[in-house]
Amino acid sequence: MPERTPPSNMEEFVKGLWRDNPVFVMLLGMCPVLAVTNSVINALAMGAASTFVLVMSSTLVSILRKWIPKQVRIASFILIIATFVTVVEYLIQAISLDIHKALGAFISLIVVNCMILGRAEAFASRNSVGRSMLDALGVGIGFTFACTCLGFVREVLGSGTVAGVQVLPSSFEPWTIMILPGGAFFVLGGWLLLFNWLRERRRNKVGLV
Amino acid sequence: MSNDTTHTPPPAAAPAVAQPSSLRMVFTMAGLGLFCGILIVLTFQLTLPTIKMNKARALEKAIFEVVPAASTKTTFKLAGNRLEPLAGEDETAIKYYAGYDEDGRLVGIALEAAGQGFQDIVSILYGYSPECKCVIGMTVLASKETPGLGTKIETDPDFVANFEALSAELTADGKRIAHPITLVKPGEKSNAWEIEAITGATISSRAIADILEKSTAERVPVIERNLDVLEGGER
Repeated sequence: MPERTPPSNMEEFVKGLWRDNPVFVMLLGMCPVLAVTNSVINALAMGAASTFVLVMSSTLVSILRKWIPKQVRIASFILIIATFVTVVEYLIQAISLDIHKALGAFISLIVVNCMILGRAEAFASRNSVGRSMLDALGVGIGFTFACTCLGFVREVLGSGTVAGVQVLPSSFEPWTIMILPGGAFFVLGGWLLLFNWLRERRRNKVGLV
Repeated sequence: MSNDTTHTPPPAAAPAVAQPSSLRMVFTMAGLGLFCGILIVLTFQLTLPTIKMNKARALEKAIFEVVPAASTKTTFKLAGNRLEPLAGEDETAIKYYAGYDEDGRLVGIALEAAGQGFQDIVSILYGYSPECKCVIGMTVLASKETPGLGTKIETDPDFVANFEALSAELTADGKRIAHPITLVKPGEKSNAWEIEAITGATISSRAIADILEKSTAERVPVIERNLDVLEGGER
């Protein structure tokens, strides 16, 4: 972490949303980002599931940070993350079988989302429980936001709908590439371009004033 | 929450600290494993009733979807060579869900089937009508097919239309399907027992065709043999 003064709790929360956004800035957790963001609903569900796992595992890692020997920490973190992924899989089945069906294999794959292990290792294992929760929540919401951005563009162009509601005239020929992983790369590239441009512009403005 | 040690490693990781013993590492992992195991079992137990109810409701809905004319249903199970009404729950039984219209006439039988898909087992429910001797509907109960591609087996209207009247007629001796259900390329369907594949989801389409081919070969003869039982099933 480059900061010289310890950031406030609020900053800890907000940084994941924008400055350290896991998808647009850190480029972490690309597997689910590219795979399941072919519709807004899927993106939101994936974001919510990942956020839940992230917050729960960061909290537990932070609680246990003093007891886990450094040598077995990665194995312990993976164990904790895998547990919460299993928990979330059952919860999703209990909430809605349709969402479970739509997300398919990608729920289990949250385990290998390096964003979650990354937060556990880089932040939760070194910070207090409260700060770790705020950090995880911020990163999780940032991740959900990024997934939804991708899901929105991909669903509009790939199926002509938003959250299942038809928005483009039926004469519109859906771009099948958009619902394939290949389309996800293009859309991700587009969003990265936009966000970096915005960032650059803001930096230049600040520099001028 | 005022923590002044933020962003500095915890004191335990100070350089002077000695290597923890292997025993301690083993105990940590074992303890953590135990805790995680309990957490998973607890969640499983707590969510099981809701998940079961969701699945039962989804199955119910699916049955009336694949046998659209039905208004009531009776579940049968295979006992030896004959079908008999199933009383209560029996998770291991091979079930035949017979659907009846308002006059109590048999309009179709819903059957569960499963087979290997692109990623994992795909399980489907399909309806068979003894009247037209054909499959009259198909819906996917569970699959882990690629979202947006393999999942087209549920959403592609052209593919779903394959199952409106898919012939599964038996040979004269009632032992085999006269023309096993086969998969053909998109736009090449010329016979009533052929399924048109989806472009870009050939493996998933083939999985459905294979599942139906195997399942009809096994179950349609049983249904035709037991029509008397099924027709009288509502009473």
